[in-house]
Amino acid sequence: MAEVLTPRKNLSINPLKMSPPLGGSLAFMGLDGCVPLIHGSQGCSAFGLAMAVLHYRETIPFQNTAMSEVTTILGGVDNLEEACLNIVNRTKCRIIGICTTGLTETRGEDLKGDLRHIRRRHPELADVELVYVSTPDFVGGLQTGWSKAVSAMVDQIVLPPTVRRERQINILAGNHLTAGDIEEIRDLVEAFGLTPIVLPDLSNSLDGQVPDRYIATTYGGTTVDDIRAMGNSAFTIGIGEQMTEAARILQTKTGVPFEVLDRLTGLVAVDRFVALLQRLSGQSAPERVRKQRRQLVDAMLDGHFYFSGIRVAVAADPDLLFAMASWLGEMGATVVTAVSSVETPVLAGLAVDQIVIGDMDDLERGAEEQNADLLIAHSHGRMAAERLGLPLYRVGFPMFDRLGANHRRTVGYRATRDLIFELGNLIIEHTREAEPGAWTLPGEDNLEEGGHAPATSH
Amino acid sequence: MLKPKLEDVFNEPGCATNRGKTDKQRKTGCAKTLVPGSTAGGCAFDGAKITLQPITDCIHLVHGPIACEGNSWDRRQAKSSGPQVFRTGATTDMTELDVIYGGEKKLYKAIKEVIARFDPPAVFVYQTCVPAMIGDDIVKVCEVASEKFGKPVIPVNAPGFVGKKNVGNKLGGEALLDYVIGTEEPAETTPYDINIIGDYNIAGELWQLEPLFDRLGIRILGRITGDARYHDVTVAHRAKVSMVVCSQALINVARKMEDRYGIPYFEGSFYGITDTSAALRTMAALLVKQGAPADLLDRTDALIASEEARIMCRLAPYKERLSGRKVLLYTGGHKSWSVISALGDIGVKVIGTSVRKSTEEDKARARALMGEDGLLFDSLPPQEMFDMLKDGKADIMLSGGRTQFIALKAKVPWVDMNQERRHPYAGYEGMLALVSEIDRVLFNPIWDQVRAPAPWEQMEGEI
Repeated sequence: MAEVLTPRKNLSINPLKMSPPLGGSLAFMGLDGCVPLIHGSQGCSAFGLAMAVLHYRETIPFQNTAMSEVTTILGGVDNLEEACLNIVNRTKCRIIGICTTGLTETRGEDLKGDLRHIRRRHPELADVELVYVSTPDFVGGLQTGWSKAVSAMVDQIVLPPTVRRERQINILAGNHLTAGDIEEIRDLVEAFGLTPIVLPDLSNSLDGQVPDRYIATTYGGTTVDDIRAMGNSAFTIGIGEQMTEAARILQTKTGVPFEVLDRLTGLVAVDRFVALLQRLSGQSAPERVRKQRRQLVDAMLDGHFYFSGIRVAVAADPDLLFAMASWLGEMGATVVTAVSSVETPVLAGLAVDQIVIGDMDDLERGAEEQNADLLIAHSHGRMAAERLGLPLYRVGFPMFDRLGANHRRTVGYRATRDLIFELGNLIIEHTREAEPGAWTLPGEDNLEEGGHAPATSH
Repeated sequence: MLKPKLEDVFNEPGCATNRGKTDKQRKTGCAKTLVPGSTAGGCAFDGAKITLQPITDCIHLVHGPIACEGNSWDRRQAKSSGPQVFRTGATTDMTELDVIYGGEKKLYKAIKEVIARFDPPAVFVYQTCVPAMIGDDIVKVCEVASEKFGKPVIPVNAPGFVGKKNVGNKLGGEALLDYVIGTEEPAETTPYDINIIGDYNIAGELWQLEPLFDRLGIRILGRITGDARYHDVTVAHRAKVSMVVCSQALINVARKMEDRYGIPYFEGSFYGITDTSAALRTMAALLVKQGAPADLLDRTDALIASEEARIMCRLAPYKERLSGRKVLLYTGGHKSWSVISALGDIGVKVIGTSVRKSTEEDKARARALMGEDGLLFDSLPPQEMFDMLKDGKADIMLSGGRTQFIALKAKVPWVDMNQERRHPYAGYEGMLALVSEIDRVLFNPIWDQVRAPAPWEQMEGEI
């Protein structure tokens, strides 16, 4: 069990963490017909938007309330009102997902009151859901914003149950899941004859579609009607510990029981998921799922040689770190440095000695001190990897220097199998071959080094 | 403290847009009021960072919550020929406690840490909205830190909420005028020393230009700020001539250096052949006027003649392939006409161009170059842009990343003309690079494939 260190720092060098309003806005990207609205100055949305465009390679319809120095001091209700009206007129959206920022939270805006006021003045907005979430930049990170936004969606949109649909299952998806991951989860759930409602669902909105007309909102994603009907489901499965709060709110509101799975990467974790699906559906796993499992088992047999004893340094948001590091341990690798962006309860349960809440600089220094063989982080790890001369396997957001970020998968039997291949190949590529003179006897030249084999010879 | 500064940059007499305004219009400033729910582009802090971060051996420390640096670092394409320190992401990452108790002490300690760790020649400290609201006095903190650590610590007071990117560019320039330019002396000066102002060496564009200067014996003394070391900015006051490359952004710096140090400046562009040649000629003429030997003029003319001949020869094969193709241009400023002129040289027709951020002069030139049926627009709503492309009005779009997917989703080729571009497009070599990129993209074999109907569309009604 891990000791979680939260050093008080005056300086973050090469940040790992991104901002909560960006996390919240990305969650809103998983709703159909939605425009995420960041309540702050235009820079508050522009930076995240630019990064998201590079990551997803899609149009990102973020908007902001264009707060200026004056409106920040006087209060932003007028800007919020104007923004909502402009967005609705221009885009005909179904939902506006409003995230606050450090700017608006420092003054202290009463968003709930403001929205009530706006609704009263504008009956024409009646058909538009205005979901709001408090995401000050100075509290938490990307994952925090995502998880708060999902809680807000559940809290503000879900209706009381009308009927109980025994085969309808809610899936609450954490920010560590890509469009590819969600497709995989949906596939698995459907394999048991169950119908999932996934919230939020990036697998239709940011999976690389080519619509035949211009659409100014998100296209695809969870619909308002689906969210409203989540109270009719038989069960809720949260993927990632960050979904606990949303699942609990849903249960309180509608009585739908839930279970949170802290990860879906690795044989053990996927088995747990499949066992749950068997219980919920009353069906045994179909042949295609069994086949996927057999392939994973075989990949583990073929691949474990390359993972054993490999020293890995990982930096990621908590739930992604938990999934990757737990799985690496199960493959025989050693996570020698683990860095996360914010502290959450899941981290203490991770089977490593220590986790630092910090930045890419902590990753770099840790990897160097610990003599790591491999780095795992988002694209911002690239400079550290270059300086250390180590391979970097990219996971998470942002991934601005690779194609297909949103189709990379880490969940389910198949994705775990592919992870073994991809990471294993990376390790094979960087394996140092034996060289003459690498082994010496005591008393010879390099006595002080004691004479040892190359660090990663197999 | 910031207000007089803002009024000052809004009042810039060197700015062509400003010259066309009435006194009253000038007073309201150049930052158009932003419309909530309908904005595009970055904030003033973004602009200041774009202007200053290319100083490659310095640490750029952002005082604010995680959004300002955490969401943006290591994304810009300014290149360095040496130090990589400037790419370090450094921020005070303000937390709730800092917001309650004030962040000045934290900032001071952070400055101390970056100096101990990286030993840069100077540290640039960027103010952002939240510490500005709670009253953190970064100017004072920088002053104390400078004294204590014996190193320049430069406050950049451009919190995002004071305006758009363009305002931030100017405020970044003001920081250089107030704290950097004129603080050191060059080891030697020559009659051929120039300042390049407003080029950030995006994708390495300066490296396409430097061989031209080298051949003429012209030395870039002051780099503001593309591929600069700190020292290269401090000595800019000793140059003989300044060239302003991106006129709107840093005209204030050039104009004030003229006032303070008597350095004449001119505005020019290195996009396209005509412009590149004109810029070299103007530069040579001004240098000679400032005392450089007169043979520089002839040498410049000779270089231009040989380079133009060389580039036209290399462009010839493209002329055949690209002649008659139609381009939709969505950039702004200078580029709105200089690219039209450049593409015209090889027979490519620009059917429409955006003229946001362009001066009246820019617009007139664009109009003259495109002829009667050319479209000039301030902005083109995405829907209209999509329809234009979908209807085949243009064969290719040249624009920035934000409109990229409008073209791609319409299944129309697209080339990046903006600051995140990966390819350098400056000077004669840059023109060749741009044309070859247009050619590469336009003649890529995917277009017919992606536009072809799927099997179920082909066989609709048959099975």
